[in-house]
Amino acid sequence: MLKTIAVRIVLGILTLWAVSVLIFAATEVLPGDVASAILGQGATPETLAVFRHELGLDRPAYVRYLEWFFNALHGDLGIAMTNKRVIVEVIAPRFMNTLFLAGYAALIAVPTSVVLGIIAAINEGKFIDRFVNIISLMTISVPEFFIAYVLILYLAVQFEIFPSLSTVFPEMGFVEKIYTTALPAFTLTMLVMAHMLRMTRTSVLSIMSQPYIEMAFLKGLTRSQVIVRHALPNAAAPIISVIALNLAYLIVGVVVIEVVFVYPGVGQFMVDGVTKRDLPVVQACGLIFAGAFVGLNTIADVLAIMVNPRLRHPR
Amino acid sequence: MKLFGYKPTSTAWLGLAIITVFILVAVFADVIAPYSESESVGQTWDDPSWDFLLGTDNIGRDMLSRLIFGARMTIGVALVTTVLSFLIGTTTGFLAAVGGTVIDQILSRIVDVMLSIPLLIFALIILSVFGSSIMTLILTLAVLDSTRVFRLARAVATNLVVMEYVEAARLRGEGLWWIMRREILPNALPPMISEFGLRFCFNFLFVASLSFLGLGIQPPYADWGGMVRDNGKAISFGLPAPLWPALAIAMMTVGVNLVVDWILSINSRPSGASAEM
Repeated sequence: MLKTIAVRIVLGILTLWAVSVLIFAATEVLPGDVASAILGQGATPETLAVFRHELGLDRPAYVRYLEWFFNALHGDLGIAMTNKRVIVEVIAPRFMNTLFLAGYAALIAVPTSVVLGIIAAINEGKFIDRFVNIISLMTISVPEFFIAYVLILYLAVQFEIFPSLSTVFPEMGFVEKIYTTALPAFTLTMLVMAHMLRMTRTSVLSIMSQPYIEMAFLKGLTRSQVIVRHALPNAAAPIISVIALNLAYLIVGVVVIEVVFVYPGVGQFMVDGVTKRDLPVVQACGLIFAGAFVGLNTIADVLAIMVNPRLRHPR
Repeated sequence: MKLFGYKPTSTAWLGLAIITVFILVAVFADVIAPYSESESVGQTWDDPSWDFLLGTDNIGRDMLSRLIFGARMTIGVALVTTVLSFLIGTTTGFLAAVGGTVIDQILSRIVDVMLSIPLLIFALIILSVFGSSIMTLILTLAVLDSTRVFRLARAVATNLVVMEYVEAARLRGEGLWWIMRREILPNALPPMISEFGLRFCFNFLFVASLSFLGLGIQPPYADWGGMVRDNGKAISFGLPAPLWPALAIAMMTVGVNLVVDWILSINSRPSGASAEM
């Protein structure tokens, strides 16, 4: 088992490396020249050459990649083009903010969706199951900013329970922070809950058609006993990997939500960077998001291997 | 009433009705819209009245007219993106399945790496280099989205390649392209059609999200995501202005999802062409 897990982790690291190549290639090697794109059509060849030299674009691409990659490994993500600030210093507190928001949402979403999914599975076909199903279908198919604005309209404007903008400062106390970021956290929760809930329900129900479940019923156990004692432990593996996958989705959902609530996180920083065409910033943020995404996916696989004995011996 | 030999469920009819209305609105936008999409006709955020059925937006343009023109832009871009993504994804996917191990390995590994970066993040990186004209937007999203189509097309085609009739075609000396088009494509269609609906929904929401971030469709064109962004501040005055375009987006995706659910339920019947999928 340890070997399988080690192989999976090495694969994850390899993926991460490939991703770094891809991010670099997408921004620097693709046809189209960054310097002329930024300076616009009015640029003279001389200013273009000076600007290229300033960006280091006059050197071969692989040299620039290696330099960027090893600097990133040493925790140096470069300097922002627009305001010449060191990116790591700007990103570090923002990254903590994003982690805080994502963790907050995950702490609400994971237990609620697993419990609701099990309740829906126990009451399959009854009113509560259908109700939960319809609500989760709706949250899957509406855009994230729709949920955000509806929450703001009702919870922040009509009934002034929560603030509509989530500006947080480092000096803020923990409780105050929880209160200020309540609305973005709820929105994120609703975004990721639907998938987790439906998958929990589906995996519990798919176990329910197994012969040993029928056996349990024939012994005279009640439906909830069968589900909690026999179905749930066997459904745990798919549920755990779905949870980890959805936490990866959370990372992407965070971008739009941070912009809606003007929350100082990495997502907002990245969108700013894209608007200003600040390539080092975009590369750095992209690397962080992709790293978190790959990391969570790897964790999902490792957990699945640990929970499900059948995956421990690769065929 | 039957459609393609199957009777739609009531929810499927609802979905079809929503889609039809939205597409008609998008096509006949010039005829239906009471005002033009870029003309200021009232004050900032006027209340709904008989002149402006849904009120006006942040610079006094008629909300309903902008919604109607926005339908054309938002649905149009998403549709073109999805069609393009299917052209790329299906061709490469079939090629990977039919063309042998080397092509398959190369294409699959490239797609694996692309799939390990979240789509939104990838799109943001590329748009930061090229800027967002409608052309680059469509191309970027189509290429990124085609990785998802590739996976399905490859999976479906791998199951079909081992069939006797494909073998027969090979022995007859038919070329790769002929086999892909005449043997694989017709048999792969049923699962690909419902996937088309799902990918459309995804691209539609994706274009809306990018426009909402200010990185998608640019002014002066009206589009639903951008309209939510423009009117976002109205919400803190208790005005529902940004909710109208957001609601339009939500209705469109729900409509498509209802139809896709119905198509999926047809396919999952034992008689369905893709019963083994």
